[in-house]
This record gives sequence, structure tokens and C-alpha cells, in this order.
Amino acid sequence: MTKFRITNINVWFGDVHSLREVNLEVQSNEILSVIGPSNSGKTTFIRMLNRLNELQLSFRMSGEIDLDTLSIKKVDVEELRRRVGMVFALPLPLPLSIFDNVAYGPRMQGIRNKTKLKENVESCLKQAYLWEEVKDRLNTSAFKLSGGQQQRLCIARTLAVKPEVVLFDEPCSGLDPISTAKVEEAMLKLKQHYTIVLVTNNVKQAARVGDRTAFFLNGELVEVDQTDKIFTAPGDQRTDDYIRGKFG
Amino acid sequence: MRKIKEFVIEKLILICGLASIFFVILIFIFLAKEGIAVFKSVSPFNFLFGKSWYPISEPPQLGILPLILGSLLVTLGAAVISVPIGIACAVYIAEIAPQKVKEILKSGIELLAAIPSVVLGFIGMVTLVPWVKSIFHLPTGLTALSGSIMLAFMAMPTIVSIAEDALYSVPKNYKEGALALGATHWQTIYRVLLPAASSGIVAAVMLGIGRVIGETMAVMMITGNSAIIPHTILQPVRTLTATIAAEMGEVVVGSEHYFALFAIGIVLFVISFAINVTADLFLHKRR
Repeated sequence: MTKFRITNINVWFGDVHSLREVNLEVQSNEILSVIGPSNSGKTTFIRMLNRLNELQLSFRMSGEIDLDTLSIKKVDVEELRRRVGMVFALPLPLPLSIFDNVAYGPRMQGIRNKTKLKENVESCLKQAYLWEEVKDRLNTSAFKLSGGQQQRLCIARTLAVKPEVVLFDEPCSGLDPISTAKVEEAMLKLKQHYTIVLVTNNVKQAARVGDRTAFFLNGELVEVDQTDKIFTAPGDQRTDDYIRGKFG
Repeated sequence: MRKIKEFVIEKLILICGLASIFFVILIFIFLAKEGIAVFKSVSPFNFLFGKSWYPISEPPQLGILPLILGSLLVTLGAAVISVPIGIACAVYIAEIAPQKVKEILKSGIELLAAIPSVVLGFIGMVTLVPWVKSIFHLPTGLTALSGSIMLAFMAMPTIVSIAEDALYSVPKNYKEGALALGATHWQTIYRVLLPAASSGIVAAVMLGIGRVIGETMAVMMITGNSAIIPHTILQPVRTLTATIAAEMGEVVVGSEHYFALFAIGIVLFVISFAINVTADLFLHKRR
């Protein structure tokens, strides 16, 4: 099933043409990894999906994005962002306890029932592979966690608002290999229930976790295909050069 | 040659830096020297908590409690008015206003800060005071309330500009993080931005209050200047600052009254010092 249908998207920030004529579909319960050098528009691309680009004053766009057949412009923006969660490059815990960080979103939606909150927090922390490490200290500050744990906490926090899609914006760029492996493990598990779009600078990561991979260059979508195909027999010379590390 | 130049410039800057501290110390010594003499005739306790201020009766009664309470009442009133409005204004400027409105508002605020306090006092006297008088059916409109309202205008520019700065310097990630969780704009402001900027906002409030408590001219013109312990905000009061300003010109140099005015200066100095230190503590916590 198609989760996102992206048609003829163009994006400008002021005079800079950041995305050119992008057409793409994201399928339900897949991990779509998005690779490309910096300034290729990949972050702009995923920030289109939860309309976070609109925070920038100079932002302009044309084209259509449909979430489950309905244009995302027609969805209430807060509702859209609840349905399409996002995990950022730098872990960004709020200055609260571990429990309160995860319970933040549900509470914002007005859920006050303590047992419900507890169940929700526990299941989200389990899905993010963090529960075992923090179950005995849920009331300590989130800042006491390591970087990798903080990032998994942010994943749990995103899951707590029960999204359908989770966007990962270079989630492992600040993490060590072991933490990265844990986050990747969590992602692979998550795709059973969620649709995942993963932007990554790490080509190998895309190869490890992506079902399909999209390669962006200078604001253009060069190609998108099954990950195996992209990494073994890409259709475009530029893709081949990039994944072989000839430029980047 | 270059080395000498470096050396001279460095030392010049050092001297300029030290000068400001030096002056503060000098002022304090001067105040203390003149002010402490009053405690020969009245104990510090009776000075601070004495209920009557009749400096030219015989013997003089030098209790400054009515003046302290006057200052506190006016300041409290001004804070109650200016803090919510000031913070709301800062939030509007930092978060909600479109670019153009933002610029107009910011220059407006700066203009408000540039109005001399005597002009504000004057405007208060001819507009605010008659209003207060007729609205509350009072014998006089020269009350603590009038002073509070006027001073609120003076504290507002400080509060708005520093609080706006604090809000602006909250990392953008926080805002994006909250919005990405599906928070509304207001939830983001209320639950994330304001708490994250809280130390800067507290500092803004403290500095605003510091400005209010040290203000002299406007309060002297519109608070009525009667040294009685106020029971409501609709009574005339006299503040510490106004007392010094009003009486310094007529006092006999070297009299107890003269020393008492200096001691009031010390009290004021201590109060504003405490406020500034608190503000500083909060500002540093932020970094």
C-alpha cells in the first residue's frame, strides 16, 4: 500500500532551488533510506513530509504530497505531525525525567490516566530497545543517559504519540557503532508497525536497513530502487560513483 | 614598537575596567561614611522598622518603614502590571509577530525606553492621576496605584527586550522537536520555549524591577509623597528615592536628618544590589 505519494515537488528557500521535480512513493511498512551528499536536499525532502519546512520564512513549494490518498495540506498540521513522527540528528531530550520525556506527547494530547500512561511509556521504551536499560530509573533526568540511550529515548518519545510514519533524520550521525547498531535494530523491528523514512549520511547504514534506497544529488532524485539493486547494479553512473565513495 | 603599543593599550583598557569597580567602591564608602553616622542617634532596628518619619520634629523621628513599604508597594504594583504584559509582548515579538510587525514593535519598545522619566511623570500627572481619582472616587489621584502604572511603563522595555532575547536564543531544535511531536504553536511556547528561556526571563523581570525601585522622578510626581504606612494601593505613598530627592535640598548639612538620608541611600543601594545579583545569577545559569 502506498503511504506517501509525492508528485512534482519543487522547493525553494529564497532563491535557492532545493528540490527539483521530485516524484516518489513511500510504501507502508517499508524502510526507505534516503542517501546523498550534504546539500543534496535529502533533509529538505523528509521535512516536507511533516511540513516542518514551513517554519522557515523563505520556504516556497509546488507540487503535491498525499498521505493515504489525502493531501497533507488538507490535514490539520498538528494531526499530521502526530501521524508522521520525527527523530532528529541530535538527540534532544527535554529537561525532564525519562518517564516524563516519553509521556510528554500523550500528556499534550490530554491523556492523564496514570496506568494508561505507564503502559504506553513501557511499550514505547521496549519498542525503542531502551526499557531494559532504564526500567529501574525512570524518574532520573534524561540528561543522565548516554548519547545512544538519549537517541533511543527520542525514538520512544516519538512512538508515544502513536504515529503511522517515523522519519529519521540522520539519527546515528552522533553515535558510536554500538549505539548505532542498537538504533538500527530498533528500526528493523519498528517497520512491522510503522513506515520508516531514514535519511542517512552513512551509505552502509542504508545498505544494512533500507528496503528501498533513494539517491538525491543537488536537489534531484537521481534514482530510487530496491536497496540490493542500488548497491549492486545502480541505473545511474552518479549513484555508482557516490556509493563507491568517489565523491561525497 | 608594536609591543609597546600593545602594552599601553592593554593597560589603558585595564584601567578603564578597574575604574568602574573603583567608582562603585568609592560610592559605597562615601554612602557608608555619611550614612552610618545616623546610627549614633537611632538604632538600626528602629531606623529600618520605625513607623514614623518626622525628620524635622524635635526630637526627629527617623523610622523609614513607611518609605520602604511605599517603595515595595509601588514596585509590587508595577511588577504585577508589567511582568505579564512584558512577557506576553516578548512572546509575541519573538514567536508570533510577522517580520514587519516585529520590527515596528521593537523600535516602539526602544522608543518607550528612551522617554525621560520626568516626561512620563508629567504625562501621568495630567492624565492618569485625574483618571484614578474619578474612577475610584478618591480625594486625590496621587496614589501608589498611579505610580505603579506609570512605573510599569518604565519597566516594560527592559523586560520585553531581555525576555525576547532569552526566547530568541532558545535552540531552534527545541521548538522543532516539540512541533514534530504534534504540539500546537501555543503548546510549544508554553511547555517548551518559556521553560527553556525561564532563567533569562527571570533575569529580565529582575532588571525591570531594579529599574522601578530606583526610579525617582516619576514616582515623586505622582505618588503623593506622604510618609504614612499604606494600607491599600489607593493611598498616597512616599518611596525611598522620592524622600531623598525631595528632602536633600533643604536638609541641614551634618544633621541627623542629613545622615538619615544617606542611610536611606545605603538601603536602596543594598536593595538594587541584591536585585541585580539575583538577575545575574539567573543570567549565568542560562549559559
